[in-house]
Amino acid sequence: MPSEKKDNIFSKFKKLPIDSIPKTILVAITLCLFCSMIVSLAAVKLKSIQQENQIRDKQKNVLQVAGLYSEGINIEETFASFEPRIVDIESGLFTDKFNPRTFNDRKAASDPLLSIALKDDPASIGRRSNYVTVYLLKNNDGTIDKLILPIHGYGLWSTLYGFVALEEDTNKIFGLQFYQHAETPGLGAEVDNPKWKAQWKGKKLRNKDGDLLIQVAKTPGPSEYHIDAIAGATLTSNGVNNLVRFWVGEAGFKKFLTNFKDGKINVSN
Amino acid sequence: MSQTRKKLLVDPLIDNNPIALQVLGICSALAVTSSLKVAFVMALAVIAVTGFSSFFISMLRNYIPTSIRIIVQMTIIASLVIVVDQLLKAYAYEISKTLSVFVGLIITNCIVMGRAEAFAMKNTPIDSFVDGIGNGLGYGLLLMCVGVVRELFGAGSLFGIVILNPVGDGGWYVPNGLLLLPPSAFFIIGFLIWGLRVWKKSQVEEPEFKIQTVEDH
Repeated sequence: MPSEKKDNIFSKFKKLPIDSIPKTILVAITLCLFCSMIVSLAAVKLKSIQQENQIRDKQKNVLQVAGLYSEGINIEETFASFEPRIVDIESGLFTDKFNPRTFNDRKAASDPLLSIALKDDPASIGRRSNYVTVYLLKNNDGTIDKLILPIHGYGLWSTLYGFVALEEDTNKIFGLQFYQHAETPGLGAEVDNPKWKAQWKGKKLRNKDGDLLIQVAKTPGPSEYHIDAIAGATLTSNGVNNLVRFWVGEAGFKKFLTNFKDGKINVSN
Repeated sequence: MSQTRKKLLVDPLIDNNPIALQVLGICSALAVTSSLKVAFVMALAVIAVTGFSSFFISMLRNYIPTSIRIIVQMTIIASLVIVVDQLLKAYAYEISKTLSVFVGLIITNCIVMGRAEAFAMKNTPIDSFVDGIGNGLGYGLLLMCVGVVRELFGAGSLFGIVILNPVGDGGWYVPNGLLLLPPSAFFIIGFLIWGLRVWKKSQVEEPEFKIQTVEDH
């Protein structure tokens, strides 16, 4: 009878020692299934909170770079005063192809349809997205107060992700801030030091002739364009120098900034 | 709590410290001790992982085939570490950003594996849990000691609160940059082990061999 046979196999299996091959395989499979269930349960259940944290963190950094952040404010509410727009880097104009509130810049940078591979790549980022989310902070009368551009590039150990805030003339820096990096604490991570960040305020990107002069360097230069490099963090400082110059340069936002300055961009909705 | 359980919990703090006596788990002790806050969260994460991994492994100890026991232990530890990492990302986002890869590296922390293999495979779940927590605490204690030295003299602060006002912010203290780099933890751990062995003579190891004096003829 089939049921008896089944019983036999089962009881035979039960009598096997723990170290036998069938039992070893059974233990391995059960454990793997159980552990993978626990892990995926944790990942799925916590995902929404984690994503919210990431978004909140990014918003907080946008506020900080624009000088609007103070301890205890409602981040979401304050962030609502910023208007996200997507810039087409090639044409230097706004585009409405994507929804700026849901557009994922990082995904776009690895999508071959939306990005280009860089040949000349001072910021060591490999690919640059053609579409980038920028944030506009407007005055009450609808004119632009500040322009917040995302920047990223390689330092010593890691890619630094951050924002640079420009004043309305698109040439004067209001602030610079990194929200994600893994540079050496105490050395390269001093890019987060408020004292060092304060240096950027009021510096200019270009001179009247349009030459890009902003520089992070150890040797002093013209004070309007010079940021003191961080002591003990030459490679991180070089990385910041390269990535800032890259993103405001020809391959970055230059066209957009020029258009913006010339009034070719309609900032109203 | 019975006498033996108490011993399991307290022994690893000083008398049998996993870092100072067994010299395990040095790798992460070097990496995460440059600021106290990070060291503290790392210590909590390791305490949780050693405690619970010992508990679960001990619960399964009679069903684990010897041929695959290390992999089984690894799987349980790895799952716990991922859960801890996910929890940190959800509820302590700022700190998980600074800890970055080191939470994941708890998997390779020799203390966790060491306790699983040496203790949890032979003892009851509750004893193993206490032993795991004790060893995690021992690890955490040393981490905090190293962290205090490194953050105080390397950055002039403790838990991010400025104590010695550094020159960079207009104060008087010139921070010692070496202390912020991982190798400095080697020196500090070395000095701690030295101090501990001067205090507790029983921790001094027997020399492995003696130089024999040969008499002249």
